[in-house]
Amino acid sequence: MKQLSVQHLLGIKYLKKEDITLIFETANHFKEVINRPIKKVPSLRDITIANLFFENSTRTKLSFELAEKRLSADVINFSASQSSVKKGETLIDTVNNILAMKVDIVVMRHSDVGAGVFLSKHVNAKIINAGDGAHEHPTQALLDTYSIKEKLGTVSNKKVVIIGDILHSRVALSNIYALQLLGAEVMVCGPLSLIPKHIKSLGVQVETNIKKALEWCDVANVLRVQNERMDASYFPSTREYTQLFGINLELLNSINKDIVIMHPGPINRGVEITSDVADSDKSIILNQVENGVAIRMAIIYLLAQQIKK
Amino acid sequence: MQKILLSQKEIHIILHRLACQLIENHSDFKDTVLIGLQPRGVFFAKKLIDILVKDYKVKSLKYGQLDITFYRDDFRRRDEPIQANETKIDFIIENKNVVLIDDVLFSGRSIRAALTALQAFGRPKKIELLVFIDRRFSRSLPIQPTYKGRQVDAINSEKVKVIWDENNKKDTVYLVNTKEK
Repeated sequence: MKQLSVQHLLGIKYLKKEDITLIFETANHFKEVINRPIKKVPSLRDITIANLFFENSTRTKLSFELAEKRLSADVINFSASQSSVKKGETLIDTVNNILAMKVDIVVMRHSDVGAGVFLSKHVNAKIINAGDGAHEHPTQALLDTYSIKEKLGTVSNKKVVIIGDILHSRVALSNIYALQLLGAEVMVCGPLSLIPKHIKSLGVQVETNIKKALEWCDVANVLRVQNERMDASYFPSTREYTQLFGINLELLNSINKDIVIMHPGPINRGVEITSDVADSDKSIILNQVENGVAIRMAIIYLLAQQIKK
Repeated sequence: MQKILLSQKEIHIILHRLACQLIENHSDFKDTVLIGLQPRGVFFAKKLIDILVKDYKVKSLKYGQLDITFYRDDFRRRDEPIQANETKIDFIIENKNVVLIDDVLFSGRSIRAALTALQAFGRPKKIELLVFIDRRFSRSLPIQPTYKGRQVDAINSEKVKVIWDENNKKDTVYLVNTKEK
């Protein structure tokens, strides 16, 4: 396969396994590119990309912007906090105004679930979902699975546990879809109040004992507790959460196997993971960040390929 | 319909001649690097390097392979997209003499892309171009080879097909007429 089967990247849900394989292969080449003395290729010279972040982001926005610049695209940035959205403009109006400036690709993060899908039906540009509410975050899932493949050689038949706040996490859902598509077994682990009710219907296991979960898995993807999304109290205290679900070196040493530790960032050091684990050789957290640029370059390149002259 | 342009024996002689020409200009290859263009130039380059190392005892030859997919000037203009290949250049070409190696020189556009791509690896002292087949009358850009195996004058509907055999037994160059069936 040489082309993506989709016109936009709205979620992992819409992708086929072959799409992910193509993205990974293309990302391999871009990873080589970003390790050259000059880390830039001229492919997207005549493409303009708008990064629309209606919700805060540091890492994803930087990673997208860097990927776009490495491909030589022209980039415009937009944050909701400085925009006319505050003055009451609708999403379609905002985006159409930006598209009137001849933009080819829109990267969007929005707090509403399905914002990307909605936009793809109403505006004439390629849409890349950089996170929609607690729904999907496809590029994060792709860079996570890519990093697992890089570390372990394959994703197929590996056991991956996603630990923490599954309820408010878009990373969790996209990861579940991507991991299952690539043939991995998935478990979620956290306080029951932070695990969606019907998650088992996705074919994932649920575990509330962190030690058992770690003993079961090959890879542990640790998520942040998203306090900003919580409208109620989901656990008694941060201290209790850390005691029951926090990962520390002592806990890791007590299980009798080597596992890979991942975290999509930002890390709350000392809450869901301690510094000695985050900075240990078991952790591939910084590899994830590096791979994020290569994966995003691959996605943008493959989508831009569909925009005919 | 296809006819044989060069047989294994002729190809063998040409490869040795090209190897000798390279040695004449680069003697011990101390400041020279060879770079094969993906995908087909790589097969050709490997043959040439094999001869340089085994038959002419050239030591410490630096060799890399370059993919030009991301530097092509027809991105988004093709019906069928091209998939990238691996680039493997684990040295800097700053102040080196670079010999670019490809099998057939046609429009010159791949070489244009390769020249741009090379800039990402440093500023070379000099770049030379070595091709096995030079299709003289089909150039779209002012690019000429420094070394050429064989010059072929063919019309546009004819295609030059080079088959490289890993065992050095069945290397052949064909002239294929794409209009006839």
